[in-house]
Amino acid sequence: MEIFVPLYVAIPLGCAFIGAIIGIFSKAFSRLFTSLVLAFMAGLSVYLILLQKFPIVYTVGGWKAFNRVPIGIYMVMDGLSVYLITIVNVIGFLSVFYSISYIKRFTGENYYYSLFSLMIAGMNGVVLSGDLFNLYVFLEIAAISSYALVAFGIEKEQLEASFKYQVLGGISSLFILLSIGLIYWYTSTLNIADISRVLSQKSFPKTIVFVEIILLSAFGLKAAMIPFHAWLPDAHSSAPSPISSMLSGVLIKAIGAYVIMRLFFNLFAISYSIAYVITVIGTISMVVGVLLAIGQWDIKRLLAYHSISQMGYVILGIGIGMLVISKNGNMDIASLAIAGGLFHLFNHAVFKGLLFLNAGAVEYVTGIRDMKRLGGLAGGMPITASTSMSASMSISGIPPFNGFFSKLIIIIASAKAGYYVLSILAVFVSMITLASFLKVQRFTFFNDNGEKWSERGITIKEVPFPMCFSMIFLAVLCIVLSFMVFPSVREVVLMPAVNVLLKSSMYSTNILGY
Amino acid sequence: MTVYILCILLFLVGLYGVVTKRNLIKIIIGISIMEYSVNLFLILVGYVKGGTAPILSKGLKNNIFVDPLPQAMVLTAIVIGLATTALLLAVAIRIYKKYGTFDIREIKKLKG
Repeated sequence: MEIFVPLYVAIPLGCAFIGAIIGIFSKAFSRLFTSLVLAFMAGLSVYLILLQKFPIVYTVGGWKAFNRVPIGIYMVMDGLSVYLITIVNVIGFLSVFYSISYIKRFTGENYYYSLFSLMIAGMNGVVLSGDLFNLYVFLEIAAISSYALVAFGIEKEQLEASFKYQVLGGISSLFILLSIGLIYWYTSTLNIADISRVLSQKSFPKTIVFVEIILLSAFGLKAAMIPFHAWLPDAHSSAPSPISSMLSGVLIKAIGAYVIMRLFFNLFAISYSIAYVITVIGTISMVVGVLLAIGQWDIKRLLAYHSISQMGYVILGIGIGMLVISKNGNMDIASLAIAGGLFHLFNHAVFKGLLFLNAGAVEYVTGIRDMKRLGGLAGGMPITASTSMSASMSISGIPPFNGFFSKLIIIIASAKAGYYVLSILAVFVSMITLASFLKVQRFTFFNDNGEKWSERGITIKEVPFPMCFSMIFLAVLCIVLSFMVFPSVREVVLMPAVNVLLKSSMYSTNILGY
Repeated sequence: MTVYILCILLFLVGLYGVVTKRNLIKIIIGISIMEYSVNLFLILVGYVKGGTAPILSKGLKNNIFVDPLPQAMVLTAIVIGLATTALLLAVAIRIYKKYGTFDIREIKKLKG
């Protein structure tokens, strides 16, 4: 089993360089090879999640702990990691399969697939790493390839968005490196489990509070929480659509929200003040994100602002869980809140990925992103219109779809924990989300704005098979993921991830073995 | 102690450059300065007074060594910084070709 853990980084890295070199001679090789590799990894992660043997610890180079000091680099696959790995690889495979048709218009296709594989390798590395500095290195691999992918179209907008994203992302990376230096200074170790053990034996000094605040703002920028969100609408709306779907669906979770969870539950001891800050940031993102979204007319920009709002839900669920744990409250309520947050994380990856792919399909056929100039596409593009409808209902929380259940769990948990204002705000935000997606549906697919498409010289026809396949697959997932509320499915998929966060002090014992 | 304060000052100089300058190249220089100050800080973390390079050899009298781990980390961080700077400069050159200027006040197609 242990051999699978480093393969998650090694396979996409190998694929990136092989694909880039052989892709010079044969574009088709690059397309098919990357799709096959990612399909294999998506299948493997579903297999591992069903296998239920956690945690799997792999020490790179076989360097075992000496005198209870871990020497080698640890890679850890526990319940939370395998949950994130599944999201990264499934959405990654569907996006790359969609790209087969979409990216044909661009030059340098082989470099596109190479950068895509590098981004997947970086995200897998971040999620699997048990070592703080290694986590930083993988984070930079994922971030630098995403900067390059945002600028892939090399038009004016893409370059400007990429530059903003690089400057802000670069500064946040430097803050992360600084805080890693401070943590190493204080604890003389870089292994996450070992740092947690060392910190639990010392008293709680001011240095650690300082480090926590730097880390929260740096990873808050990566996760696009509200005071640090300025780069997201530009970068996510300018990138090519499959990349937007990766950035919004997976990247801000794998290198933002996941690391926040891992650090503030498993690395540092949970404190009331930090839990409070995380909850407040989540609430502000949730409310302000949706208010910024509703006035947008560029379809991808609207979706990008909704990403901020929906990530707010995830962070809110996690924050309420932390608050309840820090007050020694009822563990069942904490478990419910964290489960809601993690469930919404998966759901958001699915429906936001799908919505960006739909926006890409609309742009592929018409070349227009402004909703005022779109309309009446439902007849010509039935698959795009129907999948977009299911994703819109899912994000706004209409009952049979997955978004409803995760939002419901978060709302129930916040009401049970006594934060009635937060649950009312969550319902309110969900209603505004519904309103803004009714706007998207009406102006893009149904409203006929008087002008015939044929008169504008654009023929409306359904997009090619690879794009349809990815969209239908994700639309089916929107329904299928609702089954995660049933106890038998939940125990297998969701609860191992929740338990890692809930039994936060057990983490170092589980990994180090003492 | 003075060294640490100077290191933080260097970081702030870089941050000042990024925040106030309006030329893309100067912003990139600011980011590089911040990066060097963080690297310097990591080296300072590993420094031990009177320590030598951590190489074991026969007949060694002084057995105080500096910590080699932050040095290894800095080597990695320098390589990552090189990639970041190279990509930033590549994008800045492309922006210059499209807009004909390095002034960020004139590069504002994205708003709202």
